[in-house]
Amino acid sequence: MIETALIIETVVKAVIALAVIAGMAGFATFLERKVLAFMQRRLGPMHVGPYGLLQLAADGIKLFTKEDIIPQNVVKPIFVIAPIIGAVSAFVAIAAVPYFPQFTVFGYTIHPIISDINVGLLFIMGAASVGMYGPLLAGLSSHNKWSLLGGARAVIQLLSFEVVSGLSILAPLMMIGSLSLIDINDYQIGGFSSWLVWKQPLAFVLFAIAGFAETNRTPFDLVEFEAEIVSGYATEYSGMRWGLFFIGEYANMITISALVSIIFMGGYNPLWIIPGAIMMLVKVSFWIFLFLWVRAAWPHVRPDQLMWVCWKVLMPLALINILITGIVLV
Amino acid sequence: MFEAIAFYTFSILVIGMFGIVVFSKNALYSMSALAGGMIFISGFFFLLDAEFLGVVQIVVYTGAIMAVYGFGMMFFDTTRDIKENIKFKKIIYTLALLSAIFTIFILMAPVYSVRVEALYPAIKDVGNIQMVGLLLFTKYLVPFELAAIMLLVAMIAGIVLVKVKMEETPTNIEVAKGGK
Repeated sequence: MIETALIIETVVKAVIALAVIAGMAGFATFLERKVLAFMQRRLGPMHVGPYGLLQLAADGIKLFTKEDIIPQNVVKPIFVIAPIIGAVSAFVAIAAVPYFPQFTVFGYTIHPIISDINVGLLFIMGAASVGMYGPLLAGLSSHNKWSLLGGARAVIQLLSFEVVSGLSILAPLMMIGSLSLIDINDYQIGGFSSWLVWKQPLAFVLFAIAGFAETNRTPFDLVEFEAEIVSGYATEYSGMRWGLFFIGEYANMITISALVSIIFMGGYNPLWIIPGAIMMLVKVSFWIFLFLWVRAAWPHVRPDQLMWVCWKVLMPLALINILITGIVLV
Repeated sequence: MFEAIAFYTFSILVIGMFGIVVFSKNALYSMSALAGGMIFISGFFFLLDAEFLGVVQIVVYTGAIMAVYGFGMMFFDTTRDIKENIKFKKIIYTLALLSAIFTIFILMAPVYSVRVEALYPAIKDVGNIQMVGLLLFTKYLVPFELAAIMLLVAMIAGIVLVKVKMEETPTNIEVAKGGK
């Protein structure tokens, strides 16, 4: 019976997480347009509903009812499955993220994490890297040169920034001694001064940069940069298939925001009188805002600049950081 | 019961995927199925409570097969079937089948003759990573370091092979021509 209860609980949690994250991802697209508009002294969407709030629903209806076009000469099964891989892996990664501290409802303790595996952090990074297969497969199967270039860029981006994010996170992990995100959170239980940012500022910056690259956000959005390769891997996509890529990208943004908040910024520990759950929401919202802010403020980098900064600047810095951390710990 | 269901699901998926890898004539199908199969194998590790190995399987093979995709992109038109030119089909199939059976026989013989026991059984309350670390840095330190040295040698060899013509990138040639 215990097994059945566990399975029911897990399914309920998974459905809730899926619904909430998908909803948040949709809302983030609206926020993105509003924030960008604010920074460029425009109004953004204003016509549908109060402050254009219903624009979200309008976009959703448009995406769902649009004609589903599969162009000639594409490799159909791969073309169809690519956006699904992008979205699904983003949601699989969410399974190991603890968003809130545990709480009790009707005498039943709930851990707000779908599966607390021992190696949660590695699992999230692995699942997120599988997500890059979405753009790659889309690019290869589309029979379109822009898409192919987008796919090629997805490969170089993943292979290089996987190294930076892995190495940068190694230094804080050496201090904590566990890959479980709950342990990482508990390590910073002492409040503001025990946040890992203060002990590992370099690792924090490196991981944040790698996060921008892995979610294809603006300074590193080579995979779908309009001025160079039309829409990159998504050139041939329309309607809901394109929407799935979009949802996957925003879900990845939320995951990276939660990861940075948990690893470096104290996680869901309460701060002063503010409860942990609210702290977590504030931090994740701040990081989402930062993603949008950077998009408004920074130009796009060229692929060769990206490779240069990855292999000649970020990777040596990450290695030096690990070395220094090791010496200090020993 | 759930474990049995999961095991058989993953088995069928893995065998099906690797079947596609071998029998498909389209490079894109083969590579995608290879990636899928490798990722599904991690399911077995998760079933055996070896989460660390399962995750490593995912991380390593996503990156590795991503590189295979890179080569596929450079060498083939991935949206078209490849014309295979196989002579002596019967000999190839017979030899492949025989070697497969032979491998299974070699691997399974010790399992049937002696009851296989773990040389270093898992310790209770010690995590996956700690166990792997303990074994790697005590019992298997020498092979581990040798593997590391081999990888280093391979990396340096790769850099040396590429370095020869690093100065002659297309932009440099254009600049040199313009200068004259």
